[in-house]
Amino acid sequence: MNDHLLSMHDLTAADVVRILDTAESFREVGTRVIKKVPALRGRTVVNLFLENSTRTRISFELAAKRLSADVINFSASGSSVAKGESLKDTALTLQAMGADAIVIRHSSSGSPLQLTRWVDAHVLNAGDGTHEHPTQALLDLYTMREKLGHLEGLRVAIVGDVLHSRVARSLSVGLVTMGADVTLVGPPTLIPPDAPGWGVHVSYDIDGVIPKLDVVYVLRVQRERQRLEYFPSVREYARLFGLSRRRAAMLPEHALIMHPGPMNRGVEIDSDVADQPASVIEEQVTNGIAVRMALLFLLLGGRREDAA
Amino acid sequence: MSERVVILGARVVDPVSGTDDVRDVVVADGRIAGPEAADGAERIDAEGLVLAPGLVDLHAHLREPGDEHKETVETGTRAAAAGGFTAVAAMANTVPVTDHAAIVHEVRDLAAAASLADVFPVGAITTGLAGETLAEMGEMVDAGVRVFSDDGRSVPTARLLRNALVYATAFPVEVVIAEHAEDASLVEDGHMHEGAVSASLGLAGRPAAAEEIAVARDLAIARATGGRLHLCHLSTARAVDLVRRAKTEGVRVTAEVTPHHLTFTDEDLRTYDTHLKMNPPLRTAEDREALRAGVADGTIDVIATDHAPHAVEEKEAEFDRSPPGTIGLETALAVVLTELVHPGVIPLARAIDALSVAPARILRAADHGGALDPGRPANLVLFDPGDTWTVEPPFVSKARNSAFTGRTLRGRVRATMLRGAFTVADGKPTR
Repeated sequence: MNDHLLSMHDLTAADVVRILDTAESFREVGTRVIKKVPALRGRTVVNLFLENSTRTRISFELAAKRLSADVINFSASGSSVAKGESLKDTALTLQAMGADAIVIRHSSSGSPLQLTRWVDAHVLNAGDGTHEHPTQALLDLYTMREKLGHLEGLRVAIVGDVLHSRVARSLSVGLVTMGADVTLVGPPTLIPPDAPGWGVHVSYDIDGVIPKLDVVYVLRVQRERQRLEYFPSVREYARLFGLSRRRAAMLPEHALIMHPGPMNRGVEIDSDVADQPASVIEEQVTNGIAVRMALLFLLLGGRREDAA
Repeated sequence: MSERVVILGARVVDPVSGTDDVRDVVVADGRIAGPEAADGAERIDAEGLVLAPGLVDLHAHLREPGDEHKETVETGTRAAAAGGFTAVAAMANTVPVTDHAAIVHEVRDLAAAASLADVFPVGAITTGLAGETLAEMGEMVDAGVRVFSDDGRSVPTARLLRNALVYATAFPVEVVIAEHAEDASLVEDGHMHEGAVSASLGLAGRPAAAEEIAVARDLAIARATGGRLHLCHLSTARAVDLVRRAKTEGVRVTAEVTPHHLTFTDEDLRTYDTHLKMNPPLRTAEDREALRAGVADGTIDVIATDHAPHAVEEKEAEFDRSPPGTIGLETALAVVLTELVHPGVIPLARAIDALSVAPARILRAADHGGALDPGRPANLVLFDPGDTWTVEPPFVSKARNSAFTGRTLRGRVRATMLRGAFTVADGKPTR
């Protein structure tokens, strides 16, 4: 693995397997009464969350704490950033404070890469603009592997606003790396024009795709996109692309229903579907902590013997 | 202060008179003089160097008044001189906007005080660059403005552009309406060329079609009105084709391209280098080749820098928050030599035509752009076409946001002369 985790493009199939295997060994820690190992004792992890995200920040915070790292949460509101401090100056400050790893969430695509030019710390991309969200992709790969036993050859549809989704971009790359068969489904206005170049299929016919799937991965659809004329109405979106009960019933028995959260129940996914047994949305959250522990551990070079 | 010098043995390239040979050139009393004035003049050995009409930049942002933290008329014209320019068109997006004569006079006075290059303020087409009502062009024409532009955005409606082109025909001198051709609705929130690279970087795009639409619209209006249109910084292959066809049909249009669009492609943005963020954006290799061909066959008349200085902290920001543009005055000649002349895409005379003669003609800058005949003002550049150097800060410009930083270029300015006075000598600004 590289010094940083910026993009799923940085990872080979062997890297992904190593991360998922490491996560496997850490998942048990979360089931203990004392949910802590000393692997990163004395190391400092900064959560630099310049875009609001409670879920991902908490997941990273728990991951670092369970590894016994010192964790500092730095968010935009109420910080020097709110007073107009630049990303570079913020980075230099964190550098001076001795951060070993910086977990960055930012609304600007590419900001984690820029950060690596200014600091010595390991940088983990926790979501940058509409670019990538590799830790989400890895936890999704973990969940798929755990539930279905393998990734190679899996038939996965990613449904919704792929164009603006960092999750879709990272997950597509990761799935293709692992040899899965990926189909992007959504209104053509929300599918990147170059998607076929990613090594994936594109379909506008969700009903034709669903019966052959191992995983249907539903993306959040922001109502904001309707204002920008990407689709006529939320109602029409739900009718053409929403995961309704009728469509969920067309899935093979073993198929998983996944969603990166937070969900718009009734828009991209029917409320009953989100709560049915095939849905592993809650487990995605639990697995996220283990995967992030694995990433911090591998990037920061924690000692194996302290991981138990 | 004006020198009497004789420049010995330079290759003199003057597209206006069709000169391209080795000869001595005498300068006396601010003008090119006959050989009789050579006696007692300072002798400058220029063997192996090229002497040409001083370069003329049709498109620069000098930032004053209003954004003096980025550049001033003085620092900008010093950078211009360093790059071999003797005349610069200063774009209208100052604060306040150059949409009335007072700002025109202010900018020209600042330039006169610095005496580093002649500055030709460009007037705004619409008041405040707001795209709503025509600016008082007549007053600015009286103040000497010959080119109008809302550079930074297109004139938003076809009707407004039509009226600007028609209205401008009222003046006794030829007035040019220069368009930044990008359809606003397609580039809103876009930060780079829309394509495979923008998709993989997660950056919203500015599609090529945005330029094609605006260019097609503007050409249709120019054709219908007989108005005089100039198209700024073309970036797409299809726009070049549209201009080529319009010219054969007699539409009164000229076009320009920047050194950076002739050099880079969207692939170069994979590192999120904000120095390569431009409007219009850097396009594909295919577009770049079409732009080069357009310069070679004369479809594109002018190479202009779109010199766009920004403060260091403004460019050291997240990509989507960084302002677009690169500085270009100090590198333009070397880039054109390196990318077009040395590889044989265009002859040197065509480069001088695109960097001096054609822009001077459009600007009505009669003292610039040649010919290098006795009696003409001595606005000259002397350069070594083969000298190799690497672009790196600091720059003569107040800014350092050069897209070319780190690149090795071939061709370097040795001296620049404005009306017989050296603004650059031995490769360095004289003041």
